[in-house]
Amino acid sequence: MSQKILLNAAQLDIILHRLACQLIENHGDFKNTALIGVQPRGVFLLKRLEKLLKEHYQIENLQTGLLDITFYRDDFRRGEEPLKANSTEINFIIENKDVVIVDDVLYTGRSIRAALTALQSFGRPKTIELLTLIDRRFSRHLPIQPDYNGRQVDAIGNQKVKVMWKENAGEDAVYLLKSEDQ
Amino acid sequence: MSQLSVDHLLGIKYLTTEDIELIHKTADQFKEVINRPIKKVPSLRDITIANLFFENSTRTKLSFELAEKRLSADVINFSAAQSSVKKGETLIDTVNNILAMKVDIVVMRHPNPGAGVFLSKHVKARIVNAGDGAHEHPTQALLDSYSIREKLGSLEGKKVVIVGDILHSRVALSNIYCLKKLGAEVMVCGPATLIPRHIADLGVKVELNLKKALQWCDVANMLRVQNERMDISYFPSVREYVQQYGVTKEILDSLDKEIVIMHPGPINRGVEITSEVADSDQAIILNQVENGVAIRMAVLYLIASKIQHNDQ
Repeated sequence: MSQKILLNAAQLDIILHRLACQLIENHGDFKNTALIGVQPRGVFLLKRLEKLLKEHYQIENLQTGLLDITFYRDDFRRGEEPLKANSTEINFIIENKDVVIVDDVLYTGRSIRAALTALQSFGRPKTIELLTLIDRRFSRHLPIQPDYNGRQVDAIGNQKVKVMWKENAGEDAVYLLKSEDQ
Repeated sequence: MSQLSVDHLLGIKYLTTEDIELIHKTADQFKEVINRPIKKVPSLRDITIANLFFENSTRTKLSFELAEKRLSADVINFSAAQSSVKKGETLIDTVNNILAMKVDIVVMRHPNPGAGVFLSKHVKARIVNAGDGAHEHPTQALLDSYSIREKLGSLEGKKVVIVGDILHSRVALSNIYCLKKLGAEVMVCGPATLIPRHIADLGVKVELNLKKALQWCDVANMLRVQNERMDISYFPSVREYVQQYGVTKEILDSLDKEIVIMHPGPINRGVEITSEVADSDQAIILNQVENGVAIRMAVLYLIASKIQHNDQ
C-alpha cells in the first residue's frame, strides 16, 4: 500500500475556513439552517465546522444533527459484511428548514441518496444542499454533486481516499492510498 | 461483530452472548426510529414475512406486525382458527403452501414445543419463534433483558426473580437463558407444584417464599397464571395463590429497597399483582411493550440481513 498526501493540516485548515465562509455567505445568521452530519465519518467534519462557525465566526444558535443512513442504504443484503448501525441525533423538525448535508468524501453518491431518503423521516425541508471535503469526481453512480466542496480529486478505482482527523487518528490530513498489487 | 451466529431465531438457548448484545445494540437504533415523526425505514422493502399464529396472541402478534411494517416488509397474516389446519392439513404442508407464495421469513407461534426447530429443518424460509408451547419465547426474553438494562444500566451481577407459574411458562425458560448469558443471577419463585423439578440444573435459585425472594432481588418479573394450560389443579384456589404469591403495595413497602416490577402481559389484575402495583412508578410494564417493537425490528432486520439478495 503506497500513500500520497493530498492535504496537510495547514491546507485542511484553510479549506475549513473557506467552507465556513461559503456557508455564511449563503446562510447568513443560520436562523433557518440545520447542518446534518452523515454517520460515521461526516460527523468529524461537522464538529469542526460547528466549532469554527461558533467560536471564530460568532454564529449563535447553530442547529446541528447527526444522521445514520444504515437502514436506508441500497446495498442491504448485497454485500459480504452486514451493515452496522450508528446513532441518529436530530432533536428538531427539519420542516421548512434549509438543510446542509455534511460528509467527508463524495464517491458513488449512494450514501447521499440514502441520506436524502432518511431526511424525509424528519419532515419536508425547504432546501437541501451538500457539503463535502473531498469530491472524487469520475466515480459517481448517481446524478449527485456537492454545493460546497473542499478539494476535487481524480482517483481511480483501486485508490482510496482517507480523511484523518486529530480526534480519531491523531493528525489532520487527507491521503490517497493505492494498493501495490493492482 | 455485526452479524448473528444463527440463521433462525428459535430460542435464546442457541444464541451467544454477542448475539444478544448485537440485538440490543441494534434495538437502540430502532427505538430512536420509532420515536421519530415518521416511524418507518425502508430496509426490508423486498422481504415478505408470514405471521403464522397457531395459538391465540394479541400483544405479540401486534408487536411483530408493527415491527414488520415499520421496516417496510410485506406482511401476510394467518391464524389457525380460520384455516385449513382445522381441515387436517399438516404443519409442513401449511407452511410450504405459504412459502410457495415467495415468503422469506416465517414468524410462528405454535402450541407444541419445538415446532420452530422442526420447521427450520424442513422448509427453506428463516424462522422466528414467537412462542412454542412451554418451551421458549425468545423475543420476550430479549425485550425483558433490554428493559432491565435500560432501567438499571447493566445486567452484570443484577438479581432477577421470576415469580409464578414457571412450569407452563416459555417466558420463564427464555428469560433464564437470556439473563444468565448476560451475567445476571436468576431465582424462580412460586408454589412447589408450579416449579419444574430439575430447574436448579439450569443454574437458578429456587425460593418458595415470596417475601424472601423479593427481598433478595433487584427486579421481579411476574408471570401470569396460565389457567388454559392447567389440566389439573396446581394450587387449592386462586384466593390462596393471591395470598401467598400476589404482589401488593404493602409487601413492596415492607422491603428495605425499591425493586423494579415487570410483567410480560396479559395481567390478571388482583392475582399476580394488584392494580396499585401495576400502575406504580416501580412497574416498567408499558416500557416493555414499547421496547418489544424495537427488539422485534432488530431481530427481523438482523435475520433478514443474512438472506442474500441473489438467493431469493
